[in-house]
Amino acid sequence: MFEKILIANRGEIALRIQRACREMGIKTVVVHSEADRDAKYVKLADESVCIGPAPSISSYLSMPAIISAAEVTDAQAIHPGYGFLSENADFAERVEQSGFVFIGPRPDSIRLMGDKVSAKQTMIKAGVPCVPGSEGALPDDPRIIIQTARKVGYPVIIKAAGGGGGRGMRVVHTEAALLNAVAMTKTEAGAAFGNPEVYMEKFLENPRHVEIQILADEFKNAIWLGERDCSMQRRHQKVIEEAPAAGIPRKIIEKVGERCADACRKIGYRGAGTFEFLYEDGEFYFIEMNTRVQVEHPVTEMITGIDIVQEQIRIAAGQKLRFRQREVKLTGHAIECRINAEDAFKFTPSPGRITSWHVPGGPGIRVDSHAYSGYYVPPHYDSMIGKVIAHGATREQAIKRMQIALSEMVVEGILTNIPLHRELMVDARFIEGGTSIHYLEHKLAEKPDLPKVTQKPTKK
Amino acid sequence: MDLRKLKTLIDLVAESDIAELEVTEGEGKVRIVKSCAYPQNQQVMMVPQQMMQQPAPMATAQATPSAPLAAPAAPAAPEVPEGYLVKSPMVGTFYRSSAPGTPPFVNIGSTIKEGETLCIIEAMKLLNEIEADASGVITQILVENGQPVEYGQPLFVIA
Repeated sequence: MFEKILIANRGEIALRIQRACREMGIKTVVVHSEADRDAKYVKLADESVCIGPAPSISSYLSMPAIISAAEVTDAQAIHPGYGFLSENADFAERVEQSGFVFIGPRPDSIRLMGDKVSAKQTMIKAGVPCVPGSEGALPDDPRIIIQTARKVGYPVIIKAAGGGGGRGMRVVHTEAALLNAVAMTKTEAGAAFGNPEVYMEKFLENPRHVEIQILADEFKNAIWLGERDCSMQRRHQKVIEEAPAAGIPRKIIEKVGERCADACRKIGYRGAGTFEFLYEDGEFYFIEMNTRVQVEHPVTEMITGIDIVQEQIRIAAGQKLRFRQREVKLTGHAIECRINAEDAFKFTPSPGRITSWHVPGGPGIRVDSHAYSGYYVPPHYDSMIGKVIAHGATREQAIKRMQIALSEMVVEGILTNIPLHRELMVDARFIEGGTSIHYLEHKLAEKPDLPKVTQKPTKK
Repeated sequence: MDLRKLKTLIDLVAESDIAELEVTEGEGKVRIVKSCAYPQNQQVMMVPQQMMQQPAPMATAQATPSAPLAAPAAPAAPEVPEGYLVKSPMVGTFYRSSAPGTPPFVNIGSTIKEGETLCIIEAMKLLNEIEADASGVITQILVENGQPVEYGQPLFVIA
């Protein structure tokens, strides 16, 4: 087992990883930018290294700085968290070349899943159902593009192969708009991702976002840890996640779960990962795979009792998976609300000093947050300052507990989206369950007198 | 154990009736002995360890007999050095010269011009020459040869 792990991330996930390490008796090295000097997990780390100024590009995205920090502290492994360099195959490669263990999959797995076209082709080969669409990248020939769209059936969506997480996409409703849309998406993709390749998929009108969590070790053992429903989204950013997915026949989910575990064995995947699907009319459609731990991992932990971050570390240390599929039991229901430092309904960011911080508690309540009273939320990074998770024996109980928890929570000095969460927790459609990925945006659009704010969506 | 903690411990010993204090923290150990307990010079001994802000390895410090406290052998970083601070632009290992055995680029008292190489910081197997971003005279060198440094850490004071 590792003696020292370097945590190459910030915010709540850095604290999460640190907690997993401390529980396992592993020393932690935390790298941080100048803006994060006073972070809770920096103060609690065995060692900390300032790796750069506030801007991510010079700190959390700086491969040399992070690897250098591992060298001078003699860390043995690096945990990349989520976002930043966690799905950067080059980083994983350089980490390994420098003699450290990258806590995640092998670089070529990351590459394979990072290219959305190759990921889809791999899944098709592995028997995982995919959204019907073009077989691979769209060629330049306009006749083939038009033919493909006719075969798939309108509306279609054009997606960048190098994109993902909601970036680089365009919906097309009519043939007249098709060629233009493809050309524009190609140009944007080339500029944003350095890869102009695009592919086409059927655009599902009212799908739910349902994903499967997997764990796989180096010895081709792979299990799936249930599913999550992350349909409550705004601009492709998840707002509320829950596990399991309400109202979907277990048999259908089990079949998909098994296919995902099987795909992992086939491609020699190692570590934690998530297969993301769109679910509509009883059918699952693969959209992409995330080769890292995800923000919403706590809801899976609450219903399975399995510590996903610890298992990541064990797998990276070369241990065999400790659980067989039949030992994975789902108990109860868990809901997670992402707490962001932003105006609840205008979504403008609200960095600044938290003057009063009081988190809820009680049975079934878990709070994952690095914030504290007096903590200064820096403006340089994404606005998520914590997650409140509620677990209950049933979905109804989990919702009730979340309603109570949100009513107890106090954050002063900055704005948060707690008011939005409180509204959603009593929303009739949400309580009924099964709302699609468009539900939240439609609901927000119906709100009177909200100023239009143009914002660039960020990937998480 | 960093230098601030060490200073706090030294002050603690000096101000109290403690004659000898030994503190173990993880792999590091410090033993501070007051001059009245032993006839010789007092010593601050530190077990070499791999931590940030720590000169490695550290020799025993010998204070002058009249001083009631020992000063650590490595140049102690003053809390607020006066003058212009040259800070590390990267994470790595600090070296005074381009190769072991060769003379250091600069010493205390050296007059340097902006753009002159002050030291090397090794990062990921590459040696980076760190240049002065101001001209003047080096009055303090705040880190030891071979010491790990982090981004923004003060290295030199230029007057």
